[in-house]
Amino acid sequence: MDKRKVKETLLGGLLKNNPTFVLVLGTCPTIAMTTSLAQAFAMGIATTFVLIFSNLFVSLLRNVIPDKVRIPCYIVIISTFVIIVQMVMRRYLPDLYSTMQAFIALIVVNCIILARAESFASCNKPLYSMLDGVSMGLGFTAALCVIGIVREFLAGGAFAGMKIPGFPAMEGVGASAFGFIAFGCLMALFNFVIRKVNDRKERLKKKELPLSEGKVGTMEEAA
Amino acid sequence: MTVSLISVMFAAVISQNIVLSQYQGICPFLGVSKKLSNAAGMGFAVIFVMAISSVFCWLLYNYVLLPLNLDYLYTMAFILVIASLVQMLEMILKRFSPTLYSALGVYLPLITTNCAILGTANSAIVFNSYNFVYSFCVSVATGVGFLLAICLLAGVRLKTDKADIPACFKGFPITLVTAAIMAMAFAGFSGILA
Repeated sequence: MDKRKVKETLLGGLLKNNPTFVLVLGTCPTIAMTTSLAQAFAMGIATTFVLIFSNLFVSLLRNVIPDKVRIPCYIVIISTFVIIVQMVMRRYLPDLYSTMQAFIALIVVNCIILARAESFASCNKPLYSMLDGVSMGLGFTAALCVIGIVREFLAGGAFAGMKIPGFPAMEGVGASAFGFIAFGCLMALFNFVIRKVNDRKERLKKKELPLSEGKVGTMEEAA
Repeated sequence: MTVSLISVMFAAVISQNIVLSQYQGICPFLGVSKKLSNAAGMGFAVIFVMAISSVFCWLLYNYVLLPLNLDYLYTMAFILVIASLVQMLEMILKRFSPTLYSALGVYLPLITTNCAILGTANSAIVFNSYNFVYSFCVSVATGVGFLLAICLLAGVRLKTDKADIPACFKGFPITLVTAAIMAMAFAGFSGILA
């Protein structure tokens, strides 16, 4: 296996191609399932599971599935794993499942999963596709958890269900509209940080260009 | 019966709006709201598919899945109905109504992954177990709510795209903040019809 491609695939989903903040896919659970950290984490892990296995099976069957009916085939593969998630959660996490029921069923139409099946798994080897599923899923989970922590803290002054003394609950932040604002502001913050980092990288490059005359290898270090 | 049907439909259009308070169908809501004409096309396509899929899903669930004790398969059954329905509609429209096809055609494939369609079918037929007329009316009303929300957002976005805002807020972030303010306004209507 090519080491560089593995690294690229694994890191891509976390930052450069983060499904939530950069690609803006699968926004419905991002807003609906982030009122608390526990819910956000459970949603992220459930989606990651479906993503890894749907990527694996789409990739294994990529030479068998005819091009014209590929979307229904992908949907059947995806919904199989969603049903497995539903059954497992109903058996072992009944309380959490009852609050998340609607959105667990909607993992079938989560655009991240179909987009990865279509754009990655259908033209890559099974192992890479699984890695892509891991990375995309973890990127999604991380983004959901960040939003969940912020919303839970602001709405209830709590972290992961535990009350933090000294921080009162804010009135109205629990309302449905706050989900949109929290997501929007965090996405803006993400854009801001990425832009600053890129600016800095470019400035460093420019600074070192004139100095690098006669010095070998500075350009590579800067890059 | 009629009074409660009206209040359920009112809730589906305004106070329990599918996008702004149920958080379903946000992807097309953000993605296809750049121009008003596109937003309207998407909205009408959603109403169309939602109404027809509610009929087929209701019949399938109550006459096939429940008698055979296969109701745990509802997710897979509904999404297959919706996907094949969308494909069929595309072919029928192309053959019999080229004008409607040219208006809705581009949006039809996108609708398969619109979670509002599957979400409405799930909640009306499985979670709330409405009867046939109820589930059809609620589906149409939900579609109308989607049309209303996406058209309003498209109107606001014409302004925010030209406004001078911080660079990091351009694009999706400002749209999400706009949607939040719209959600507050829509939530203000709850409680009018009890």
